[in-house]
Amino acid sequence: MNRGATAGAAVIVIGGGVTGLSAGWWLAREGIDVLVLEAGVIGWGASGRNGGGCSHHHSPLFLEEQRLWPQLDELLGYPTEFQPNRIRIALDARQFQLYRRALENGAHQGFHSEVLDAKQVRELVPYAPDAPYGGYFYHFGGHANPHRTVQAYAWALQDHGGRLLQHTAVTDIKTRAGKATQVSTTRGEFACDQLVIAAGAATAPLAARLGVSVPLASARAEMIVTEPLAPMRIGGVDGNGLYGRQTLRGNLAYGGGPHEWVEYEDCQQTRAHSTVLQSSIARRLCQLFPKVAHARVIRSWAGFIENTPDGRPILERLSSPQNVTIATLSSVGFGLSPASGRAIRDLVIEGTCRFADLSTVKLDRFAHLEADWRVMQGWLPAGA
Amino acid sequence: MSLSEETGYEPDPASVTGKAPPVHAQTDLLVIGAGPAGMAAALAAAEHGVQVTLVDEHPVPLRTMGEEVPLHFGGRMAATLGNRNAVLESVLQSHPQLAEASDAGIDVRLGTAVWGLFPHRPTTQWISGHVAGLADEEQAYLLRFKQVIVAAGRRDMGLAFTGWQLPGVMGASAAYQLACTYEGLQARTAVLLGSGDEALLIGNALQDAGVRIAAIVEQASTAVGATHLLERLRSQGARLFTSHVVQQALGDADGVAAVRLARIEADGHHDADELTTIECDALLLGVGVIPAIELLESSGCDIRFDAARGGHAPVLDAAQRTSIPFIYAVGDCAGIWSTKSQGSAIAAREGVIAARAAVRALGAPLADAPADSPVIPDVPARDIANERLAWVRATVLQAPADQMICQCEEVSAAEILALRPPRYLGWGKDFGPHGSAVSDPLGTHPDVVKRLTRAGMGACQGRRCREQITALLALGAGCALDALPLATYRVPVRPLRLDLLASLPEVPAMAAHWDSWFGMASQWVPFWRAPPQYTAAARGSNESVASE
Ligand SMILES: Cc1cc2nc3c(=O)[nH]c(=O)nc-3n(C[C@H](O)[C@H](O)[C@H](O)COP(=O)(O)OP(=O)(O)OC[C@H]3O[C@@H](n4cnc5c(N)ncnc54)[C@H](O)[C@@H]3O)c2cc1C
Repeated sequence: MNRGATAGAAVIVIGGGVTGLSAGWWLAREGIDVLVLEAGVIGWGASGRNGGGCSHHHSPLFLEEQRLWPQLDELLGYPTEFQPNRIRIALDARQFQLYRRALENGAHQGFHSEVLDAKQVRELVPYAPDAPYGGYFYHFGGHANPHRTVQAYAWALQDHGGRLLQHTAVTDIKTRAGKATQVSTTRGEFACDQLVIAAGAATAPLAARLGVSVPLASARAEMIVTEPLAPMRIGGVDGNGLYGRQTLRGNLAYGGGPHEWVEYEDCQQTRAHSTVLQSSIARRLCQLFPKVAHARVIRSWAGFIENTPDGRPILERLSSPQNVTIATLSSVGFGLSPASGRAIRDLVIEGTCRFADLSTVKLDRFAHLEADWRVMQGWLPAGA
Repeated sequence: MSLSEETGYEPDPASVTGKAPPVHAQTDLLVIGAGPAGMAAALAAAEHGVQVTLVDEHPVPLRTMGEEVPLHFGGRMAATLGNRNAVLESVLQSHPQLAEASDAGIDVRLGTAVWGLFPHRPTTQWISGHVAGLADEEQAYLLRFKQVIVAAGRRDMGLAFTGWQLPGVMGASAAYQLACTYEGLQARTAVLLGSGDEALLIGNALQDAGVRIAAIVEQASTAVGATHLLERLRSQGARLFTSHVVQQALGDADGVAAVRLARIEADGHHDADELTTIECDALLLGVGVIPAIELLESSGCDIRFDAARGGHAPVLDAAQRTSIPFIYAVGDCAGIWSTKSQGSAIAAREGVIAARAAVRALGAPLADAPADSPVIPDVPARDIANERLAWVRATVLQAPADQMICQCEEVSAAEILALRPPRYLGWGKDFGPHGSAVSDPLGTHPDVVKRLTRAGMGACQGRRCREQITALLALGAGCALDALPLATYRVPVRPLRLDLLASLPEVPAMAAHWDSWFGMASQWVPFWRAPPQYTAAARGSNESVASE
């Protein structure tokens, strides 16, 4: 692959979220001339607004996710605040039943979990209720700090000679002879040999410019954060319908509950605002950690997030234009990012992923998708 | 859940649709803040027969004040403030119009903070209408409103020097509030930092309330405020120190006992031979008054740095309307300038203008209404952006030691500028070429700096460090203060107890369909069982699912 001119690169990655940045880093590590273009500031999309969970045992990228996180600080050279393992508390029989799936999926792939009784939960989790139904200690997964991770990818990618341009929105993609050859941006034209589109919800309109239909719908989700509390020995504790963690600083950062479907166009006009859903999150957090119900909530946030119709990623190198790779992680892409970036690297360099079977995350599973799938699934704004 | 009449399909049961919480009460016009601006707005609107709810967070519980909320009170609350009834009495006395408001049929709610405004908009429309989150000491609840006038007042810019965490180091406006609203400022002798009109006005008011102003400290080579305000203080014994900054607040756990001033040399350094020590029990930060825009910003109103309005302030039209048409800003939170601070007339006029616009928007009749002439800020006599930079340069950057800017998270100026990760991470290595908040174009954004260093992320919600951090970054990057974006504000804009927040009622559908993530069965089918094709018609719906 030849080194592109300054106003271009061998590989252009659209999107400075964790997916695009990780891909850029993996490519830069190979000495490939890579340029990441970000419309705003890196991590301003979902990548800077998520729960930091890294436990995706349903995914073909799971093994690689689990292999990479424990060594990621070392590989990147910057801290991600990754903490291994996860405890999930069930407050009733139904939750206990549902949370068992992680144990089963983990076991299927060689990971160990423990079933916890109420006493064990109380011993491991000082803030837990006196009489929880039970819980699980998954000896896999974990959590990291999304902001630090975004920045770590960006710095590491630059350390390897990759480039990053913020405040540079891609407005068009030009093709010639069945290949994407150039992107137009708010800061000029950039030529490329290969293109990666990892632009979150914007992946759909960008792919549409290439005549490729990517079915996506956008939604808004919320989280809350308390003041710092004495750190528990294991911060990766959630359950009771919540996801999240106690940060290394001691804040409780949790989310969960219903999402709000929104129109993609409306998200372009505004940042994501949190709503009084934070009260319902707080209610469940009080149930999960009744011993710290007096803690003060000092922040909340919301993020926009895209989903495919079945909620599974689309991660593939297209057949036409054949030099384009598209990646949307469909609402669970933070934890998988070390692996998704590596998969993109493989797709770009070798045309296929060497370490995982990506056949279930290809676009052609939607070959028979109904045109009005969003309506059929009821994925419409609340006022619609 | 019922089928949508329009589409014939059921709305996503895991979405917010149909789960809006019951709303406790409704009002036509919500007025936030019962100072002169909010009070005038509430009375003017009530006069036209509009239903008005007027809320004010004062009296604030003593414990909350101890957490520097809503102002930097510096622990100088008199013991009498523990007596809730007496405090209420003082607050009522200092707001003589409150009785008038009640008589006018206004629903007045004191001791009630608004922790969030939640406008209905295309991306947040699951709750019909606009709601505000309110909380008092015992409960949190929702209030639906049609129009809202925010009259949330002002706050003080913080400034770090050695010992600035001592009790007695406090915001000038905070001292004013304790003395004049609460009659409970525990201070006898104060040193005033800053000589702008706002600082001098407060100095005079405190002097009148029995607090001796021992000295006025100004980093500039001359006092910057009005001569008559300055002379009034000097004639009562206040000494003026120009080209001076505070180098250290001296004292112990009881608080400040003295302050050490340093003279600034021509090259900006502190002159080690010209240190002056002045005894005092309060050190008033009056270097910058900040419009309290947190409710406006967090709800999405356009904000911009406007030197004529005292810094970051809402963008307003002639009727005090923000970029969100049903949200108005009046009084100090709409902008602070000298003539406005001299009395309550301009703030009140803003209140009346906004009230009339809100009355009109509510469709109430407005008889013989002359066109309200808009309030125009003074042409700024001073360059407040550069003044704030100068204070931070002279006080923080020229200090003999590295200064702790963010007290909650314990982050120093050097750590902010070097983008250093918090100490508890124990990250030994430095960030090499990336270890700068200002040389790396990725870094010079207050929100990025906040996320990486944690400065401003603490329990006081950045009230004491936000402006300093921005000034520090501007100085580091060598850019104008207004060239940097504003760090965003977040709801709840006041720290809110988890169990209070949790106490809002829910509809049963909320619990019936609660899932940690999208509640989509297909999302979590393990890849080794994923079907090769997907259609909406064949999807499994309503299965119980736990997202990860
Ligand atoms: C509240 C919340 C909680 C979450 N919790 C978790 C969790 O615990 N674990 C987990 O794994 N995942 C979680 N997620 C999901 C996760 O955050 C996302 O899946 C992931 O961040 C997606 O990363 P991305 O890089 O693919 O997309 P994004 O982060 O959306 O990045 C896309 C980027 O592309 C840029 N862009 C768009 N259009 C253009 C253009 N035309 N030109 C240039 N740039 C463009 C955008 O500005 C954006 O920065 C959560 C998400 C939210 C909102």
